[in-house]
Amino acid sequence: MAEKTKQQAKSSFGPVGKALDELDDRLGIAKGGRSLLDKIFPDHWSFMLGEVALYSFLILLGTGIFLTLFYVPSSTVVVYHGSYLPLVGQKVSQAYATSIDLTFSVRCGLLMRQMHHWACDIFLAAMVVHMARVFFTGAFRKPRELNYVLGSTLLILGIVEGFLGYSLPDDLVSGTGIRIAFSIIESIPVIGSYIAFFVFGGNYPGPQIIPRFFIIHVLLIPLIMLGMVTAHLFLLVHQKHTQFPGKGRTETNVVGTAMFPVFAAKATGFLFMVGGVITLLAGFAQINPIWQFGPYDASKISYAVQPDWYMGWLDGALRIWPAWEWTGFGYTWPLEIFIPGVVVPGLIFAVVQGWPVLERRYTKDNEIHNLLDLPRNRPKRTAAGAAVFALVTMMFIASSTDVIANYFHITLEAVLWSMRILVVVVPIITYFLTHKICQELQASQGAGKRKRANVVTRTPDGEYLSAPAEPRPGDEHVDLEPEPVPDFLEDPVVVRERKELLSPVSFTGVRNVVR
Amino acid sequence: MSSEERTPVAFSVAKADDPHMQPKAQNPKLAETLIGLVMLAGIGSLIGFAVAYGMNAQSWIMGGTLGAGVLFLGFGITAWGKYLMPQGPFVEERHTMRGTDDERERFKAAVVQRGGGILGRRKLLAMIAGAGMSAFAVVLIIPVFRSFGPLPGNTLNQTNWKQGTMLVDSTGRPIRVNDIAVGGVVTVYPKGLENTDTGQAVDQTILIRVGTEAVVTQQGRESWGPNGYVAYSKLCTHLGCPVGLYEQQLELLVCPCHQSMFTVTNGAEPIFGPAPRPLPQLPLFVGSDGLLRAQGGYDQAVGPGFWNRETSG
Repeated sequence: MAEKTKQQAKSSFGPVGKALDELDDRLGIAKGGRSLLDKIFPDHWSFMLGEVALYSFLILLGTGIFLTLFYVPSSTVVVYHGSYLPLVGQKVSQAYATSIDLTFSVRCGLLMRQMHHWACDIFLAAMVVHMARVFFTGAFRKPRELNYVLGSTLLILGIVEGFLGYSLPDDLVSGTGIRIAFSIIESIPVIGSYIAFFVFGGNYPGPQIIPRFFIIHVLLIPLIMLGMVTAHLFLLVHQKHTQFPGKGRTETNVVGTAMFPVFAAKATGFLFMVGGVITLLAGFAQINPIWQFGPYDASKISYAVQPDWYMGWLDGALRIWPAWEWTGFGYTWPLEIFIPGVVVPGLIFAVVQGWPVLERRYTKDNEIHNLLDLPRNRPKRTAAGAAVFALVTMMFIASSTDVIANYFHITLEAVLWSMRILVVVVPIITYFLTHKICQELQASQGAGKRKRANVVTRTPDGEYLSAPAEPRPGDEHVDLEPEPVPDFLEDPVVVRERKELLSPVSFTGVRNVVR
Repeated sequence: MSSEERTPVAFSVAKADDPHMQPKAQNPKLAETLIGLVMLAGIGSLIGFAVAYGMNAQSWIMGGTLGAGVLFLGFGITAWGKYLMPQGPFVEERHTMRGTDDERERFKAAVVQRGGGILGRRKLLAMIAGAGMSAFAVVLIIPVFRSFGPLPGNTLNQTNWKQGTMLVDSTGRPIRVNDIAVGGVVTVYPKGLENTDTGQAVDQTILIRVGTEAVVTQQGRESWGPNGYVAYSKLCTHLGCPVGLYEQQLELLVCPCHQSMFTVTNGAEPIFGPAPRPLPQLPLFVGSDGLLRAQGGYDQAVGPGFWNRETSG
């Protein structure tokens, strides 16, 4: 009898249960695995922004591997003999020729290339918005400063990675971008030309750029990013999520849905949704048509082409900075490049990355924070973040001075000077305006909540009566008191079967110790 | 029955009517049907993709069917999780990151006392070991970086234009005095380098015919512009983009990257934009064979500024 029960217990929960038993015997997964399945994910729409970034990163890895199978990273000049007729017979680099061929000769190639490019744009955008969410809600505060720095470093790496990938097809537009990057590195005082020569393997352009950028783009940076993403997620699980204040939510607990099955289902579905949107974009919205740009030739250039959006703000800074080259002490100081190209982005990233330290020094707040702030309740932080966004946005707009001048039929000079002024003024106005809005929101009752409408009726006598309208659906919604995750054996049939199988076992939550 | 044979298990069970276990959907039957239909639409779309792929259909058809299929499946699975699974809210306690005082003290003791103590007892050895590590890092890093590229030396100050170098266009054709009409522009390279990286990236020069008489763009350049020809380095002095736009009526060269403008007849002085210096001018002469040649190299480095930029040479 005893033996039989043991056998039944061993094989409880069927073949999957048996497989899990075997795994636990060897790896000890039961304890940790169960707490992972019970892991609580707080619910808020803004918590999916990081997921968008993660999933588009996965899509980048997948589509990227596909592209490397066809792309040849070589600047060797070949005569093109592929399926894109306008190019046949022209001398182009092997990198460009294979980029064109993987676009037109490989089935699904164009789709994969455009997916890769769209996923990159979405990846970076999602990281920016995710970081903004973390910033404005104060999720970066102790104990999560390290994860904040990891995440913002991922953003910087992502920008570099995107730029490198953009350069690989060796088309006319991307080549101009590399030339500008070379000039920016060259502008660093004293060591600039040395760094430029070491990075590019000699003077611009040289045969090293394409193979070198390729291996950095497909191996070095993705590997670092993959490691950092893993660390980012590990810290997220280890330190547990932050949550907004609400019913039953304290600094010492996490309230939300459980990892398994609800979050797992939603996350899987959401991965598919992100993939679906990227695939649809790649199918219907053309991006980076390198066959139209033509192969790179350092002495040719195209008109009114903008870099990818995440590089635009740097380009804008270079555009509007005055021509301040200075010659002194027998040397040239190309400040008109060095300041907007190196110092300004360096300062912005330093402030952004150093913010947790700056804020802690200012507020002297050394407490552990697991509950999030509403942005309005931290007017100074919110205003500062908004000002940085305004600054970067103005820099971004400044990267299309020529397009603006053309479109509105105003002189370039007027646009240039407007941008030079706006890039200073708008962030300052934004700061004070945001600060004021936050204070107003704090002061007004029920701001951000739905208000009950008033219905005004007129009686036959001409008398006006005002009464609150019927509550709308959801108005009466009251959150339940959160409870620990049960074993999910809610099906009465299952419960009865298990009772027979595992008798004597209590289902009341009280442990029966059998002697 | 002994405890080795059977470990009693206590399940925590939520009752079937527990509100935490209820789906969010008001009408679960309807939700179930809709979700099923959405996922079926996804499968249908994916089959469509397989067909489109087999027929080598256009990219947008493949993207549309694959994207829609994946999106529909995603919608279905997400909606299943969102509307038909137990909604909670559930709660778990956080574990504080901080260890107990005891754990912290013992940890610190191990690091500071055990580790630091050993180092402190043999200061000289520790210093030598530290020096060894540093030497290793230096010895490793310097050659690695040094192998990445040649030293810049004077490379950035030089071009391949020399006395008598023939100007050729991108096809290698030399420029005869009457080849270009007034107002015409052509990008020229030193003969033999028109299809090379350095020829295109460093030596590229823009040749403009502004008239028929000798053009003097600045004092001291009286002989540089024979027969109405002027030649400037095509590398923008801002960031090195090719200054590719010639505005004929205003006689301006415009850089399309950041809109720096240079006056053609006035020594390519920058009159607008971020470029800090004029484009260097290439002195020309007409050889006895009627072909345009360079009198010599540029009198300064071409392109953007850098630390040891030379202004004469």
